[in-house]
Amino acid sequence: MRMVLDYLTNTRGRKRLSFSDALTYLYLLLGTLMMFGPIVWLVASSFKPQAELYRFPPRFFPYRQETVIVPGYDDPLDLYNVTMDDGTILQLAQVRRVGIEAQMVDPVTPGEIVRVNINQRTPVESVYFGLENYAEGVTRFNFWVYLRNSIVVTALATFLTLLINSMAAFALSKYQFRGKDSILLLTIGTLMVPLSVILIPVFLVITQIGWNNNLLGVIVPAAATPTGVFLLRQYMLTIPDELIDSARIDGASEWRIYLQIILPLARPALAVLAIFSIMWRWNDFLWPLVVLSRSELFTLQVGLNSFQGELNVQWNLILAMTVLTLLPITFVFAFLQRYITSGIATTGMK
Amino acid sequence: MTSTSPPTESKQDKRTDSSLGGLFKPIGGLFAALYRGIINVVDFVMHPLQDRLGVRGMAYVFVLPNLLIFGIFIVFPMLLNFYYAFTGGTRLFPQDRPFVGTENLETLFTCGNFFDPNTCRTDIFWRAVMNTGGYVVAQVIFLILLSLLSALSLNRKVVGRGFFRSAFFYPVLLSPVVVALIWKWILQQDGLLNGLIVALGGERVGFLLNAQWAQVWAVVISVWAQMGFYTLILLAGLQAIPAELYEAASIDGANLWQSFRRITLPLLMPTMFVVIVLSLIRAVQVFDQVFAFTGGGPGTATTYMVQFIYETGFSNQTNQYGLAAAASLVMAFFLLLLTAIQLRLGRRSDVT
Repeated sequence: MRMVLDYLTNTRGRKRLSFSDALTYLYLLLGTLMMFGPIVWLVASSFKPQAELYRFPPRFFPYRQETVIVPGYDDPLDLYNVTMDDGTILQLAQVRRVGIEAQMVDPVTPGEIVRVNINQRTPVESVYFGLENYAEGVTRFNFWVYLRNSIVVTALATFLTLLINSMAAFALSKYQFRGKDSILLLTIGTLMVPLSVILIPVFLVITQIGWNNNLLGVIVPAAATPTGVFLLRQYMLTIPDELIDSARIDGASEWRIYLQIILPLARPALAVLAIFSIMWRWNDFLWPLVVLSRSELFTLQVGLNSFQGELNVQWNLILAMTVLTLLPITFVFAFLQRYITSGIATTGMK
Repeated sequence: MTSTSPPTESKQDKRTDSSLGGLFKPIGGLFAALYRGIINVVDFVMHPLQDRLGVRGMAYVFVLPNLLIFGIFIVFPMLLNFYYAFTGGTRLFPQDRPFVGTENLETLFTCGNFFDPNTCRTDIFWRAVMNTGGYVVAQVIFLILLSLLSALSLNRKVVGRGFFRSAFFYPVLLSPVVVALIWKWILQQDGLLNGLIVALGGERVGFLLNAQWAQVWAVVISVWAQMGFYTLILLAGLQAIPAELYEAASIDGANLWQSFRRITLPLLMPTMFVVIVLSLIRAVQVFDQVFAFTGGGPGTATTYMVQFIYETGFSNQTNQYGLAAAASLVMAFFLLLLTAIQLRLGRRSDVT
């Protein structure tokens, strides 16, 4: 027994797996289960038909009842395992059900109707990943419109944020001018001002401009992120001034220096900010909720929330649409996760 | 908040470039040509401007767009918020709003007994304040403890660390609405959790129908959704602690707990501090996730301050912008208080 334990806890022949190592792995595995479990459950559930969703206790895999086409009947018939009175089990197809009695036929010899008690039969089921929920959800939920709005908002807002933040960061890191310190102070000072505190006056400004129910009203206000300016400025400070000076001697204009020298060199920092901006904008909820009240302008998040609030919408559609909403950001994560995790660790922002 | 470290970043940049480079080369070439074209056009347009304003003047041009949006959508509204808080009526435009002095604040603060929301004129507001208080305390404590535990685990020499790190981080990417729906589905009457409880011989629980349970789950799901983020920050802090310290300690015969207590904890304090401040400020603003999760219910059990502001201003039939602005002033005051405590403590422990 002791030898078995020794063998199992040996790690690559060198040191034995200590108690604390075992605890660490246990914690990490449990943690992974806790983190992915709910998402896996969501995805598995999203393939289930309505009836299966309300089955209690629930089953993990989506099941579907097998059907069989029997000559003489137009529609495919549901297949059941039937325990006959003498104890034998037959596979029969149900023609109709009358009260507690089911009228069944044998698919091989469909001529004769067998009458059995409904307690004697159990459905024949197989695992089946059906796309019906997705197909119906996409039509009921207006998915493509919301997706388009979300993509427009995320793409334009990220572009705008990168452009104006990098311009400001360039000025604040590479020039000496009057008012620079006050601007810096103002930027850092408002790092902590959340939108929720100034919701009403920002709404007024939007209304005055006429951006109510306009995607621009969602895109522009949060584009001048203090975090972005701060992050890019810190990075640009490390770009040597000599590069700029020699470009000036060669006759390059300031805009050419910004576009041709600064931006390419600041690419790593821009990438980090881009990832964050995509994450912020794709998941943004409160502000689009306030600005947009016409449903054809909803982003995915607002649309999904109002979809779950509608009375006659069933869970099977909500689940399928939730999966579709989390897919794009999951793909982004899968491809860029190295960037994302190191970006957060080094900048500490979200 | 610390700045990026350029050397590691650029190393990573190259790695990504080389792996994707082959695939995107033709597109990259086209893009580069397009970019050169854009530079030439911008240069052509902006050169006369620079001739007129000079090099220094261009700095203002660069900073202007950001400053303009910043001023219009952040600074100006901050000032305007005070105006709203002291005017009444249901009209949005400032010129239509009568000045009412401190009436809005009085409406919020008229209470027989501040510890009993039932005696207050705006009882929902005080319930929201109390709910927020309870939420903030519970959420931040659980969040920090679990993030620390996770970061410590991930900091050990474990096989598949990258995978575990990504797994712990993944929920951070999910939107508040998605997180809410995932958990609502698990916690419903016929859901997964009740299935497990019944399988273990228990009784079904109406998790979202019971006030206490709903409050507990509001905390749990937000810890679930945010933990990976703070874990990563703490992990970066742990990795900055020199390994020699631990070696020296183990030579001196220190056990695991002692080196944690004497080395890890004190040296992690600055990072810990950032994490506490960030999570506190975020917790005070709790809204979207819980709003999609419970809608603030059952009753007002999970109605928090931001939801009160949102519903008072936008959602109810009468748009009480003044009252909502006054409530957001109260919230801004709490946030200011937290920031002040942070600065004070930060200076004392010399970590900022």
